[in-house]
Amino acid sequence: MFPPIQDLYRIAPEIVLCGFGMLVMLLAPVVPKGRHGLLAGISVAGAALALVSTFFPATHVGVAYSGLIRADAFSLFVHWIVCGAAFLAILGSIGYLQRDDLDPAEFCALVLFATAGMGVMAGAHELLTAFIGLEMSSIASYILASYRRDAPRSNEAAMKYFLLGSFATAFFLYGIALSLGATGSTHLDLMTPLANDSAHTLLKIGLGFIFIGLAFKVAAAPFQLWTPDVYEGAPAPVTALLSTGPKAAAFALALRIMASVDAAAPLWFWALWVAAALSMFVGNLSAIVQTSVKRMLAYSSIAHAGYILVALTAAAATDHPEAGIAAALFYLVGYALVKMGAFLIVAHLGGPGERHVDIEDFTGLGRRQPALAACLSLFLLSLLGLPITAGFLGKFYVFNAALESNLIWLAILLALNSVIGSYYYLRVIVAMYMREPAVEIAVEPVPWTLSAVLWIAAAGTVFAGLFPARIIDFAAKAALNIR
Amino acid sequence: MQQSYLLSVLTFLPVAGTLALLLLRDDDHVWIRRLAMTTASVEFALSLLLFRGFDAHAAGYQWEELRAWIPQPPIHYHLGIDGLSLFLVVLTTLLTPISILASWNSIDQRVKGFFISLLVLETGVIGVFVSLDLFLFFLFWEVMLIPMYFLIGIWGHGRRIYAALKFVLYTMFGSILMLVAILWLYRITAVAGYPTFDVAQIQALLTNGSVTLPLRTEYLLFGAFFLAFAIKVPLFPLHTWLPDAHTEAPTAGSVMLAGVLLKMGIYGMLRFCLPLFPDAARQFAPYIAVLAIIGIVYGALVAMVQVDLKRLVAYSSVSHLGFVVLGIFAFHQISIQGAVYQMLNHGISTGALFLCVGMLYDRRHTHLISEFGGIATPMPVLAALYLFSCFASAGLPMLNGFVGEFLILAGTFQKHANWASWATLGVIFSSVYLLWSYQRVFFGGITQDKNGMLPDLDKRERGILFVMAALMLWMGIGSTFFTRRTEAYTQNVLQLMHRPQAYNAGGGRTPGTSSKDFDHAPVTPPGLSSAAYRGVTDSVKLK
Repeated sequence: MFPPIQDLYRIAPEIVLCGFGMLVMLLAPVVPKGRHGLLAGISVAGAALALVSTFFPATHVGVAYSGLIRADAFSLFVHWIVCGAAFLAILGSIGYLQRDDLDPAEFCALVLFATAGMGVMAGAHELLTAFIGLEMSSIASYILASYRRDAPRSNEAAMKYFLLGSFATAFFLYGIALSLGATGSTHLDLMTPLANDSAHTLLKIGLGFIFIGLAFKVAAAPFQLWTPDVYEGAPAPVTALLSTGPKAAAFALALRIMASVDAAAPLWFWALWVAAALSMFVGNLSAIVQTSVKRMLAYSSIAHAGYILVALTAAAATDHPEAGIAAALFYLVGYALVKMGAFLIVAHLGGPGERHVDIEDFTGLGRRQPALAACLSLFLLSLLGLPITAGFLGKFYVFNAALESNLIWLAILLALNSVIGSYYYLRVIVAMYMREPAVEIAVEPVPWTLSAVLWIAAAGTVFAGLFPARIIDFAAKAALNIR
Repeated sequence: MQQSYLLSVLTFLPVAGTLALLLLRDDDHVWIRRLAMTTASVEFALSLLLFRGFDAHAAGYQWEELRAWIPQPPIHYHLGIDGLSLFLVVLTTLLTPISILASWNSIDQRVKGFFISLLVLETGVIGVFVSLDLFLFFLFWEVMLIPMYFLIGIWGHGRRIYAALKFVLYTMFGSILMLVAILWLYRITAVAGYPTFDVAQIQALLTNGSVTLPLRTEYLLFGAFFLAFAIKVPLFPLHTWLPDAHTEAPTAGSVMLAGVLLKMGIYGMLRFCLPLFPDAARQFAPYIAVLAIIGIVYGALVAMVQVDLKRLVAYSSVSHLGFVVLGIFAFHQISIQGAVYQMLNHGISTGALFLCVGMLYDRRHTHLISEFGGIATPMPVLAALYLFSCFASAGLPMLNGFVGEFLILAGTFQKHANWASWATLGVIFSSVYLLWSYQRVFFGGITQDKNGMLPDLDKRERGILFVMAALMLWMGIGSTFFTRRTEAYTQNVLQLMHRPQAYNAGGGRTPGTSSKDFDHAPVTPPGLSSAAYRGVTDSVKLK
């Protein structure tokens, strides 16, 4: 039977993304090799159209496919993040792909498919649907990580990502199975333990496994081991995508489960607390000693996962999780903009084959390429959490949520980590502005596509840092509508 | 009351200047300097307008501006000044053009970036002094770090990167804990039913008992705020970033750092620590006073043995600011008057010393005392003006330092005679280290051939130092111009430290309990009609 039209409206962004992904794949053999830039253009349009098509779920709020998918303010918000990330990632990597002579067609199609998967995760209201979304995004990501086929590092990254990622997904799936056994349903709103002795325990184990699977996806300690290698080895634009979209989707899924399954929040509270504290310390302390900017940013991703986990812990700690959820969503917006911009700058500055990603290679950048250096400084300062950037307000809201849930110690740990973090972000700024160039690197002109992305990211960072009212209002609305 | 935009203009004019600077070519040094100087001068002239219509007898905030900004949590764009911030704003707008003039020739690398940093710094500092919303205050407090970081890190001397990082990390550490405290304070007001970040409102809530802080909470909040400010001042064990930052910074950076940045810490103590957390302040005052006295004596002793002239002046700052902190925590009106006054003095006289040292550095590219000797012969004008600044700094009567130190010691003596007697040691030591170093640098025969031909001050340098010297003299003999305007504030701050009796009675020191005894009329910040304030809060709700 053909599904009712409302249901199609509610998954419009995914339809658009998959449609454009397939279109690009179909056109790839037909369009001559030299004209593949056109396909990238089509993909950019596809991502933009997916963003626009969120209009449909926005106007048709409700559940689709008998409760598998939910279109509400929350899923809408996450859709904007993941579709926006895809748009920026594709647009920003066009120049990179051209420079390194990589085929844009498959790359763009894979990004679109991965994003569709993330969209499914954002809207999923049933665990198997969520699993399908997770797999869609993961499998596409594995291939993307190895996209520089002839680079050993890229292959190593993909292999590691694939093996460990499969483990995590297996955990996730096993968790679903156990929860199903305990509750008789995989629909999030129906997951109450059955009336027998073992059901409660079983559900706890199941939810624990689900937590492990998601913690892996968001790169939270102690499940972070894959992150530095994968982020470093994968092509930088892929890293830009990996550190933004899938993370946002996995956090969204975790929030959704926490808000909808009654047993989840109390069970996860301490797990979240410990994961948050560990991620912050592991990420920040390891980032200090890195010499490669790309790897440093990878560790900083772990630290930032920790910051967002603080918001999740705050949400898990109370009956009114709105503040925590809204803080996490706001943080994800600022974080996605900034990480996207930073990794794309690294991608550009790395030069062919990404050979120049060490801090030493960034020395004297302030004179060599003042605009790029200024952008990167802005992004780093936002990651550091200095005012008038989105990063500061994100941290502000996380602090606020933590204190609202009386998590004073976690707030203090977060404060300490902000200071530790400032050291290594500033080190890059020191290199760019205060040290004489250690190596001579030819200046590559910035392609207009990349500079457009950087302008968007920089403007968004400052705008969200100065006028957060609309974003936080919508995040609060999303938090209210999560269940 | 008609809202005036003067404070907003003052805060953001330097940023407008930097935008204009961005339009100039990078190598057009002449116009970059001229444009920066014009911006800073216009800014200074505008800041003088603040005196017009400033009511010296009013205790509340004046020149207020209030606008809704972020609805959730309720954050307002709220500016205003009182007797405390008035002079600090003018001091900032005065020292900025002076710093620009002082770096006219000595900065020849990346000139544009330098002046942009200086102007952004000015915006940040003024913003700190005029913000009446805790969030806004914190925003400016942090924003000002970045330009200072660049000023030290790019245009500084030898170990500039180390010094710049140390400066930022120290400050970040204190301020991030302050952020937690700000949010905690906000939570407390929210739990009591009056969620606000507004300083005046929080003050009113605490004073009329609508919000009460449990004693332990008050201690912790005080501690977090105080730590941030004590690092900035800097108070004794937290001072170690200061000598490095000063020594490595370019002259303009040192002048701004000593002149106004350190004052931000003092300002914070006076604005937040005392009136918001009076019980904690009283409780910790003896310990803080001991640290301040150690700072006074230790700073002076360490200054005495420095071989580097700039480091010597930096350590003298530690000593002088110990006086200021002591004056504040004596809780006597006269000593607080003195503290406010001494803070302005220190900006002028230490600023002048740094300028002089900078002028020597421009000629010899060294700060080492041993490299000089007998400089008075080739440079009589500098020698005279340096001596003048030394005298002012050491507290010679007729000059500004005397007034400040005298008021602090007089006020402190009436409350704690022993504190004052220990602190007096600092006065003696300060003449020792200043005059001894002066003697080694300027008197005697010329020890090095290079020094014999040093050119004396040119017109620009003379102009700068004459202005400073005139100010020192004026502040030494015309002190009532200043104290008359700060008096209302100092009276007010001590009054705010006394909470109504009902507040402490009946074990009411748990949040929310005593709020029932008071009617729930919305609290209006002093100085604004409640209608105006409600208008703003309503418009916030409507969004």
